[in-house]
Amino acid sequence: MKSYIFKRLGFMIVTLFVIVTATFFLMQLIPGTPFTNPEKLTEKQLVILNAKYGLDQPVAIQYLKYLGNLIQGDLGYSFQYDGRTVFSMIGDRIGPSAFIGLQALIFGSIIGLLLGVFSALRHNSVYDYLSVTIAVLGMSIPSFVFAALLQYYVGVKLEWLPVALWEGYSSTILPSFALSVTVIATVARFIRSEMLEVLGQDYVTTARAKGLNESAVIVKHVTRNALIPVVTMLGPLAVSIMTGTLVIEKIFSVPGLGEQFTLSILVLDYSVIMGITLFYSALFILVVFLVDILYGFLDPRIDYKGAEQA
Amino acid sequence: MRNKTWMAFIFLTIFALVLSGCNFNKPDTDKGSTDGKEGTTTEKGETAKVEQVLRLSASAEIPTMDSTKAHDGVAFNVLNNTNEGLYRQDENNESILALAEKHDVSEDETVHTFTLRKTNWSNGDPVTAADFEYAWKRVMREAGAYNYMLATAGIKNAEAIMNEEMDADELGIKATGDLTLEVTLESPNPLFVTLLAFPTFLPQNQQFVEELGDQYALEAENVLSNGPFKLVSWTHEQGWTLEKNEDYWDADNVKLDKVEVVVVKEPSTGANLYETGKIDRTVLTSALVQQYSDNEDFQIEKESGIIFLRFNHNHPVLGHPEIRRAVNMAIDRDGLTDIILQDGSTPLYGVVAGEYYFSPDGKDYRELNGDINKGTPEEAKALWEKTLAEIGEKEVNVSINIADSESHKKVAEYLQAQLEDNLPGFKLEIKAVPFAQRLEIEKAITYDLSLSSWGPDYSDPMTYLDMWVKGGSANRMDYDNPKLNNLVQQAYTETDLSKRFEMLLEIEKILLVEDAAIAPLYQTGVAILKRGTVKKLVKHPSGAEFSYKWASIEE
Repeated sequence: MKSYIFKRLGFMIVTLFVIVTATFFLMQLIPGTPFTNPEKLTEKQLVILNAKYGLDQPVAIQYLKYLGNLIQGDLGYSFQYDGRTVFSMIGDRIGPSAFIGLQALIFGSIIGLLLGVFSALRHNSVYDYLSVTIAVLGMSIPSFVFAALLQYYVGVKLEWLPVALWEGYSSTILPSFALSVTVIATVARFIRSEMLEVLGQDYVTTARAKGLNESAVIVKHVTRNALIPVVTMLGPLAVSIMTGTLVIEKIFSVPGLGEQFTLSILVLDYSVIMGITLFYSALFILVVFLVDILYGFLDPRIDYKGAEQA
Repeated sequence: MRNKTWMAFIFLTIFALVLSGCNFNKPDTDKGSTDGKEGTTTEKGETAKVEQVLRLSASAEIPTMDSTKAHDGVAFNVLNNTNEGLYRQDENNESILALAEKHDVSEDETVHTFTLRKTNWSNGDPVTAADFEYAWKRVMREAGAYNYMLATAGIKNAEAIMNEEMDADELGIKATGDLTLEVTLESPNPLFVTLLAFPTFLPQNQQFVEELGDQYALEAENVLSNGPFKLVSWTHEQGWTLEKNEDYWDADNVKLDKVEVVVVKEPSTGANLYETGKIDRTVLTSALVQQYSDNEDFQIEKESGIIFLRFNHNHPVLGHPEIRRAVNMAIDRDGLTDIILQDGSTPLYGVVAGEYYFSPDGKDYRELNGDINKGTPEEAKALWEKTLAEIGEKEVNVSINIADSESHKKVAEYLQAQLEDNLPGFKLEIKAVPFAQRLEIEKAITYDLSLSSWGPDYSDPMTYLDMWVKGGSANRMDYDNPKLNNLVQQAYTETDLSKRFEMLLEIEKILLVEDAAIAPLYQTGVAILKRGTVKKLVKHPSGAEFSYKWASIEE
């Protein structure tokens, strides 16, 4: 187990290195400059500014310098937010994104789980079709439609909850709810198909034959085993949902990270693009790793010793 | 076994909680709302009853509050209202004496001596002439985004410093006493005073700036104010609060107690917040205009940006002035602004925007020069066919370079329809690219037509006119008319304002009447919702968008 973890950690570092390298060189292909008023810069000023920020050096040198700084934990400074460190920029914005994401994830998983279990147990019934329909709608209707509807009806018309802004707990409810729709749909569909598969397994028949009552069979044997693959899916979903979503955050004026990435690419804020890419991918890789470790605990059939020998 | 499932769940939850951290913070706007009011019950009876709080929204976070580095409208806005420079823009966008009490000019009009009022920074330090010297030199040293403004102002050696031929210390500014400042210009410059109202020319407290180092101006407590308002709180990506500065030299004329600004990036959210009474003014997009155009708070405000077509003057066909004039005439601007855009834009038949720039005797520049190259489709067609025959061409296949924004795409499609309908043999292909690339293509002059925009740097027609001189960095179409080049040079140093204004009018005539060098399309504008209780919220064409100094809330 230990050596498996070390091996995985090694791979994670290599993966990150590849991502950093690829992003760094791909980024250089985008035309334009990272300076703030490109419309009004003269050629001469551009040369001077490039020299000032070391952008006149060959890309390979810039890359090595970036790697050097990165190893020392220095992500550099933002161009668009003159002089703010990339570190503090991510730090300031990740909190709200993660909070809303987490709420959406918890709420969405619970509702999704109930819907999924319910429809699998009533397979091919009206209830099943209803919850499948809900799931399909949840997947296919973009979340900004829900967001806009929620904002208008719950916020403006009914005045139950704040329309937008980030002013205390009540303002997190609508964005979390809008965000959870995708989670509900994803989890419900996944659970349903897993449940259906598990219900046909021999050990379920065995459990019933033993004379266990139906609720014990469903909770102990079916749902538990159906949940295992869901963990695999939930990890990456958690990362993507908690690192901020462009549309929901924009609509509800959530001070999150979601929009920052897109904006940085548009204005070519090199250090921020690198910083956020690195942050996202590190988080993603870490979660995938944790899920794999968890898997070993959840499913006794998976043995890491075997992986070491192979 | 069941424990393990629970462990897994708890593990994931804890992991998520750690990630979310503790910075779920509420803005402290609620806290201050009571204590601010009591102390400032005004002597003026009529405004005392109404709460003097203005609530606005901003489209983005403040990048920096450092006036030497600030480069965007959001920061300029806050800087303009929390700081005071030598001059500031008044209600009519004219530069008026602000922190400078007296402004003396030497006989050759190159040495300007300013006497400052006795005022203090918000930390109690006096504002001195040295603060200006420090800040201006710092702009040059840091190569701030707007350092060229000092060169435009004609301050001695600014251009050479910009081009790294001289040291920032050699800038033509010197504190000759605690409250006397001497600024030397390269040559007389009629624009100097206009430019001094720009936020880049604000003072900075050297000791304060240097103590904070790279943390300066990144938080509310890391900036100093000396203007009508103080920045009292600033929560990143969420908003900021300004409070009246009681120590401001002209505090008697400041009526608002507080200005609260929240960051709202989505216009429909802005409209919803307006409806629930959270903000007092919001900008509408064209989709929302239809919904709100009957609202009693609905207004159109003209802005000072211009959208126009650049022609590649090296193009075999577009290089001909009469061809360009025919293109100008073939486009129905009213249809463009009233049917396609519907966002407060107005038709433009000149390069200088209307309603913001006035002659010394108070006449609008745009009205004086009138509509240029305005024509009917028939006139356009006749001129087009005649000129095409002279050149010996039958058809013209060109492409238009545009930024891939929603509104520019709509404009390009409209132009395509108009030009192909009205000009026989004209074929227009639309090439949409990201903004930065559009600019690169323009700079390389590898386009046929390009849909461009321009915003003024300062409140004077010159900011729209000197960009067309040969080799100018904003020319970007190889336009060259020696007459225009000379006239711009002359106008730079002409200090007789009436004569100068005549020159400015003439420059536009050369550009458009003589050469039809570009095709102006529309002047930008905004459709807004603004409460009737908000009075005298002054909007400027350049630099900072708003001055809150004269604003008030009245029932």
